[in-house]
Amino acid sequence: MTTAIATAGWRFRKPSVLPGFGLTLGFSIAYLSLIVLIPLAGVVWRSAELGWAQFWSIATDQRTLNALRMSFGGALVAAMVNVVFGTLVAWVLVRYRFPGKRIFDAMVDLPFALPTAVAGIALTSLYAPNGWIGSLLAPLGIKIAYTPLGVVMAMIFIGLPFVVRTVQPVMEEIDREVEEAAATLGARRLQTVRRVLLPGLAPAILTGFALAFARAVGEYGSVIFIAGNIPYVSEIAPLLIVIRLEEYNYAAATAVATVMLAISFLMLLVINLIQAWSRRRFGYGA
Amino acid sequence: MVLDIPADRNVAPRSAVTESPLTRMVLIALALGFLLLFLVLPLLAVFVQAFAKGVDAYFAALALPDSLAAIKLTLLVAAIAVPCNLVFGVAAAWAIAKFEFKGKAFLITLVDLPFSVSPVISGLVYVLLFGSGSLLGPWLTSHGIQILFAVPGIVLATIFVTFPFIARELIPLMQDQGTADEEAALSLGATGWQTFWRVTLPNIRWGLLYGVLLCNARAMGEFGAVSVVSGHIRGLTNTMPLHVEILYNEYNFTGAFAVASLLALLALVTLIMKTLLELRYSRAGSLSTPH
Repeated sequence: MTTAIATAGWRFRKPSVLPGFGLTLGFSIAYLSLIVLIPLAGVVWRSAELGWAQFWSIATDQRTLNALRMSFGGALVAAMVNVVFGTLVAWVLVRYRFPGKRIFDAMVDLPFALPTAVAGIALTSLYAPNGWIGSLLAPLGIKIAYTPLGVVMAMIFIGLPFVVRTVQPVMEEIDREVEEAAATLGARRLQTVRRVLLPGLAPAILTGFALAFARAVGEYGSVIFIAGNIPYVSEIAPLLIVIRLEEYNYAAATAVATVMLAISFLMLLVINLIQAWSRRRFGYGA
Repeated sequence: MVLDIPADRNVAPRSAVTESPLTRMVLIALALGFLLLFLVLPLLAVFVQAFAKGVDAYFAALALPDSLAAIKLTLLVAAIAVPCNLVFGVAAAWAIAKFEFKGKAFLITLVDLPFSVSPVISGLVYVLLFGSGSLLGPWLTSHGIQILFAVPGIVLATIFVTFPFIARELIPLMQDQGTADEEAALSLGATGWQTFWRVTLPNIRWGLLYGVLLCNARAMGEFGAVSVVSGHIRGLTNTMPLHVEILYNEYNFTGAFAVASLLALLALVTLIMKTLLELRYSRAGSLSTPH
């Protein structure tokens, strides 16, 4: 097991006295293949079976396009809201002292820990026309639950911790001397924040944005209760997959899933590129 | 311009390196208002709605046979899925953190893959793999093995969505710790297993506990993936989150929020234990947040 595959200068791994490399790597790869890779490859394979013409007609069907637009458009808006408020929350938690700070800090992780279905019914009960918030907005003519706006609200909930938790550690590392230097050189506070602090935080904010966006695109549980799920209006792409599956229309379900997978992997690639760029440029991973 | 940075925190700091008290108040109010609106209020709503018709109605809703069956199934699924991913997480972290080999970064990306897949697609992959139209489907049917719309499918989908949690927590932690402790143990004559049980495991125990906690919270709360493979058979293949959905769609709000309140309680316990672990184990101990 400790014999590395060594062929004329090329080594698969560096020699080490620790045992168990073959066992643990072999088990990990086998488990990964069985649980994740082979099933995922099945989707791509099934989708390839469809043939290009059929795939294209499903992917460009008006209902599919509207569902994809709801998922990606909603996720985009939600991620932008989260960038603004997530960065603000991170800033307040890192820089200021106020009562209950530790509790609020812990609460930020709630969307990670709270099951999505629970979040879904809770948000719906708040924003429904007879709910705590919905009843306040109803006289103003604003409807949130059962509209695309409701979808965005759920996506904001689910994406918030991604921005806060990627920006917060980078903010904690900022060297205060940089700000002092800017101040002694005559910069006003807003100039320091805009010209000195924000550029350094940009990679972390961008990563947080991409993570929140990717999560919101695929989100299902917290969205379907509040969305109202009106076809062509507030129907999200994951729900369309479920509907097609319930109709035993596996071809359509697979086609929509393939489009979503392709865009998600593109996002993953972008996140990795941002992190590699930030490591080169700033010397740390976001 | 003289730069006097106040040593005492009670003295208002100069506005050149921080914001004016008014700006600070406004920013804190905005941030806390946002957190109250999006996090505290929904959590509060769950418990208020659950007890809206009184304590008796709450416990009556939980004591229904279908609710009890859902709770049992959820516990069973988590009891299988979490240990599976625990063994994988430790094995993967050992191989990735303790050794240098080609293609490591790619392997880490693959481990993270389930995080970037929509939960619905995580369920769909198993429907395509084991469903009636698949290669395996007819063989499974002829041998009387039921995976979809039964417990094995639910367990598989749960393992898929919680796949990276423990590995992700352990890899950076074990990379930071290096291999010096293990090398010392081995040179003193310990066997590989002794080294793992007596040296490595005690070193990673808090990170491991933290990973198990997060993995468990997600395993018990997973909705999308499980919903696709479960078949929604009441009392048989409904986990707690699916039961919440069914009760809610039947306008049984007290029942839905009562079951939901148990899941919310689980989330709160997870958050409290996470905070305690972070305190105990210091922020520098590289407890990262999962993606």
